[in-house]
Amino acid sequence: MKYLEEFQNPELARGLLEDIRATVTRPWAVMEVCGGQTHTIIRHGIDQLLPDGIELIHGPGCPVCVTPLEVIDKAMEIAGRPGVIFCSFGDMLRVPGTDRDLFRVRGEGGDVRVVYSPLDALRIARENPQREVVFFGIGFETTAPPNAMTVHQARKQGITNFSMLVSHVLVPPAIEAIMTSPDCRVQGFLAAGHVCSVMGTEEYPQLAERHRVPIVVTGFEPLDILEGIRRTVRQLERGEHTVENAYQRAVRPEGNPAARAMLADVFEVTDRAWRGIGVIPRSGWRLSERYREYDAEHRFDVTGITTRESGLCRSGEVLQGLIKPNQCEAFGTTCTPRNPLGATMVSSEGACAAYYLYRRLAAPSAPSALEVSSVG
Amino acid sequence: MCLAVPGRVMEIEERDGARMAVVDFGGVVKEVCLEYLPDLRVGEYAIVHVGFALQRLDEESARRTLELFAELGLLQEEFGDPWEAAAAAAAIANAEVQG
Ligand code: SF4
Repeated sequence: MKYLEEFQNPELARGLLEDIRATVTRPWAVMEVCGGQTHTIIRHGIDQLLPDGIELIHGPGCPVCVTPLEVIDKAMEIAGRPGVIFCSFGDMLRVPGTDRDLFRVRGEGGDVRVVYSPLDALRIARENPQREVVFFGIGFETTAPPNAMTVHQARKQGITNFSMLVSHVLVPPAIEAIMTSPDCRVQGFLAAGHVCSVMGTEEYPQLAERHRVPIVVTGFEPLDILEGIRRTVRQLERGEHTVENAYQRAVRPEGNPAARAMLADVFEVTDRAWRGIGVIPRSGWRLSERYREYDAEHRFDVTGITTRESGLCRSGEVLQGLIKPNQCEAFGTTCTPRNPLGATMVSSEGACAAYYLYRRLAAPSAPSALEVSSVG
Repeated sequence: MCLAVPGRVMEIEERDGARMAVVDFGGVVKEVCLEYLPDLRVGEYAIVHVGFALQRLDEESARRTLELFAELGLLQEEFGDPWEAAAAAAAIANAEVQG
C-alpha cells in the first residue's frame, strides 16, 4: 500500500479499493483506452494496488504512438524541403521514422518549429508569406477540433501559404477493432474522458450493446481511475453492460456541439493505419474535399516513400494489450526514452515510456496474461 | 499532448475574427481560443487543450486538477521547452553510443 499515501485523498482511494475488493469474485480484464490514464495508472501503481485477478490492459490511446510510420516519414520529407517551416507539437520530435526523427531533420538544417497550439502555426504563416508553413495535425478527437478550427481560420483569413499534414484517429472504431479481434481479452473499458468532452457519449451505447461490454467514461486523475474501475467491475460482476459517465464534471452526453459541427465541416472519415496495429476501417479523419487545398499531402508530392519498421519493436502487441512493455526483449536495454526504437517509448503517454519512467523494469511475474484469461 | 489542462479566463478579446482569451494555468499564462465555448466569461474555468477551451469546469475541480498537475510536473511537461528535453535526451543517447 506504499503508493496510497501519494493520492490526493488517500482515504477516498482506500475506500474505493476496499469496495473493489469486496465486489470482485473472479478475474476480469479491463482496458484503459487513453494514454493519459495509462500514465496515471503506472505512476501511482494502481495496477499493483488492485485485487489479484483484476488486470488492466493498456490501450492504444496515445496519439504519438499510433501515428503511422508512413505519415512520420512524410512529415520528415516535407520538413526537410527548402522554404518550408514545419510546425509540430513537441512530443513528435523524437518519434522514430524509418531512419531519423524530426529532431535530426532540424539538425540537418530543416526549419522545424514546436508550437503549443495549431493557431501558432497559422500566425507563423501570416508572418512569413514567402514561406510554406506546414502543421503536423495528429491526435484523437480531443486534438482534432483545434486543428479543424485552424484550417477554417486559414481560409477565413485568406492565408494561402499554410497547409496541414493530417493524421487523426478515432476512438470508437478502435474499440470496435479490439472487440472483434480473435485475440481479444478485454471485458470492460475505461473510455477516454477528454475525447468524450468533445464527442459526448452517444456512440458508446451501441458498442456496449453489440459486444456486451461495460464502458465507463473516466477521467485520468488517480481517483477517477479507481472510480472507473469500481463501476466497471460492479457491472461485470452483475453481468451488465451499460455506458456510465464517471467524469460528469467534464463530459456532457452531447459533448461540445460547436466543436462537433466544425469537425463535420472540415474533416471526413477515412480508413486509417495505426502504427503497430494496421488499418482499422473508418478509424480516422482527413481533410474533406472542401478543404483539399490545405492538405499538405495534396500540396507536396510525398508519394513513393518506403517505410521500414524496427524488427525488434513489439509496440503493436503492447498497444493491443497482448504483452506488457517489460516483456519486450529490447525494453530498457536497446530501447530507452533516450534511444527509442518504437513510438511507445517516446511520449510519456506511451506504455513503454511509462513503464520505463516508473521503473517497471522486470517482466511481470504475477499472473501472466494467459493464466488470467484461462481462469476467466 | 493529449493532456487537457484547466485554466481560468482572465481577459477576453476579439482577434483576427476569433474570440480569444488570456488564460491562467496555475501561473503559466497563455492565449486560448474560445470559439468552441463562446459564452465563457472572465473568471470562469475551462478545460483547455492545445490552445482551445473545450469544456467548462467548476472552480473546485479545476483547482484540484491544477494542483495535482503541478505536483506531478505535468505543467512543466505541457508548457516547458520541448527542444531542451529532446536535446538533452539526444545528447545522452549520443554519449552512450560513443562511450
Ligand atoms: S520497449 Fe521499445 S522496442 Fe520494445 S515494444 Fe516498447 S518501444 Fe518497441
